Amino acid sequence: MNNIAINAENLTKTYSRGIEQIHAVNGVSLAIRAGEFVSVVGPSGSGKTTLINILGCLDNPTSGRLTIDGRGIFGDGRSFSERQLTRIRRELFGYIFQKFYLIPTLTVAENVMLPFTFYRKDGAENNVSRLLDLLGIEKRKNHLPGQLSGGEMQRTAIARALVNDPRILLADEPTGNLDTARSKEIGQVLKELNEQQGITIILVTHNPALAQTAHRTITLHDGNIKV
Amino acid sequence: MINIYKVSFKNLLRKRTRTVLTIFGIALSAWVLASLLGFNKGYEASLSRDIDNMGFQVLLTAKGCPYEAATLMLKGGTGMRYMSEDVVRQVAAEPEVDGVTPMLMQAIFDPNKGESGGIAAYLGVDPVTFPRMKSFLEFRQGRWFTDPDAMEAVLGYEAAELEQREAGDILLIPEKDIELKVVGVLKRTGTQDDGTIFMPIRTVQTLFNKPGELTGLGIKVRQDADIVAFEEKLYGLPDVQVVSLAQVKQTIMNLVTTARIMVFSIAVIAVLIAMVGVINTILMSVFERYQEIGILKSIGAMPWDIFKLIWIETFILCFLGGLVGTAITFGLSKLTEVLIRNLLPYAPTGSLIQLDARLVIMTLFSIMLIGVISGMYPAWKAARIRPLDAIRSEVA
Repeated sequence: MNNIAINAENLTKTYSRGIEQIHAVNGVSLAIRAGEFVSVVGPSGSGKTTLINILGCLDNPTSGRLTIDGRGIFGDGRSFSERQLTRIRRELFGYIFQKFYLIPTLTVAENVMLPFTFYRKDGAENNVSRLLDLLGIEKRKNHLPGQLSGGEMQRTAIARALVNDPRILLADEPTGNLDTARSKEIGQVLKELNEQQGITIILVTHNPALAQTAHRTITLHDGNIKV
Repeated sequence: MINIYKVSFKNLLRKRTRTVLTIFGIALSAWVLASLLGFNKGYEASLSRDIDNMGFQVLLTAKGCPYEAATLMLKGGTGMRYMSEDVVRQVAAEPEVDGVTPMLMQAIFDPNKGESGGIAAYLGVDPVTFPRMKSFLEFRQGRWFTDPDAMEAVLGYEAAELEQREAGDILLIPEKDIELKVVGVLKRTGTQDDGTIFMPIRTVQTLFNKPGELTGLGIKVRQDADIVAFEEKLYGLPDVQVVSLAQVKQTIMNLVTTARIMVFSIAVIAVLIAMVGVINTILMSVFERYQEIGILKSIGAMPWDIFKLIWIETFILCFLGGLVGTAITFGLSKLTEVLIRNLLPYAPTGSLIQLDARLVIMTLFSIMLIGVISGMYPAWKAARIRPLDAIRSEVA
């Protein structure tokens, strides 16, 4: 069994700004094991978000190879359409962001089930109450997002990201909108999910304390991994 | 369990005031549309019924303006022109004629009518031929007069209400100081007969000093006769005006077509305004949810899913607007009728707007079609949002 969840080889992403070429990701190679919890840190503009977008199939790399669960995604000149990327994403990834993007007129439970509107893996409906319970928001399931604390809203967003059983959870600054106590709480939730559910997590953060909850920290600088 | 319809509906609840105002805008255009469709059907039916209720197909009047003659025929009128009674025998002898009925209309200023007085109109009719030609008239009380010289009157439904008279009461003709006995009161017909005071024609000729004179002659033509050829023949009679009811109907319908085009233009403008309103509302809501739509794509929504989501929102708005609009159409049909009557050169009695289930379905269908078309651009715009752009705008 292949226990490498993500394998990236020499990934690059180059943008053009006028005549200037910006290498947002500049030859990154890394391997993340299944069930590993990795944090990505680095100063602003170091390419963290660009890297996680490529790893999460939100964007095509300019060059390089990416293999997820042993399946070749990018490489050998392949480039995917938005539709193809969506198919890959909904099979493999769950995403959480700095903002929660919950629909204010849907209840917590309805927000968690929102991905079912578009796609549902077999048996995924059984995940709803398990996740609400696991994330400690079972009692709030009939509340609207406006009635929740920031931490509870992010827990709801995490449950929404996990409801279709993704292999990998990508978290881009998930505590950016939360105070220290709530940030710690979310860090703990991610750690428990990783340890108890075995979910592979890649966490992008500016918060050093949150980064330390991961098994391993990757530091980016000018689009490359700082050794 | 959640589904795309529920999500769309709940999205509309986010900005309730905006949603309600948009629905109201659509409802107003549905109201205009349904009223117009109902008017198209109702006007012609009412006009045909008015003309059929005349009981005759051709009217002879003394020579004058044909439109004045048409008005005389449909509404009653003053400033009469007269023709000789001899014409009755001449016309009755024609083989195409099934029957004739002479009429003499007279009007008097009645100082007691209304607040500052009004015109009281008396229609002298033949006690034998007129009831036969207007066999559909029914009595609420009493009967027709039998004696051609009787000092009797039959009141139309509204005339009886206005004069506050019943069968057996006495009716005074102002200026003449002559008393008539009311021998009958007609049931409501929804035509100009409701406001008429009928008297025996010879009595009217004597009281108003018009011996041997008529203001009109109603002619019922045989069913197998060539009515056009017969009318041509009547044009040969001296000093008379031939008013063909088919022509009158056509003339009025021509006049009404102008008003109809105007009303139709208003409906088209109202519908266009509603369409722009819908596009504006949905587009604004798409731009407000730019990032959120991007995130929905990151959690598995395909472009078509987003297109559907936004399209359904438009559809719900238009469906609700259409329902409210048809409810307004039914609720305010009387008010609409008054508004339309004021726009028309001539409006027949009876209901101008005919509303039924078919009309409701047609209105709803039209409004939904407008919704489907209006929703396409915002839905297409939303479907094109890329999750990456949404995330970048979040970082920014």
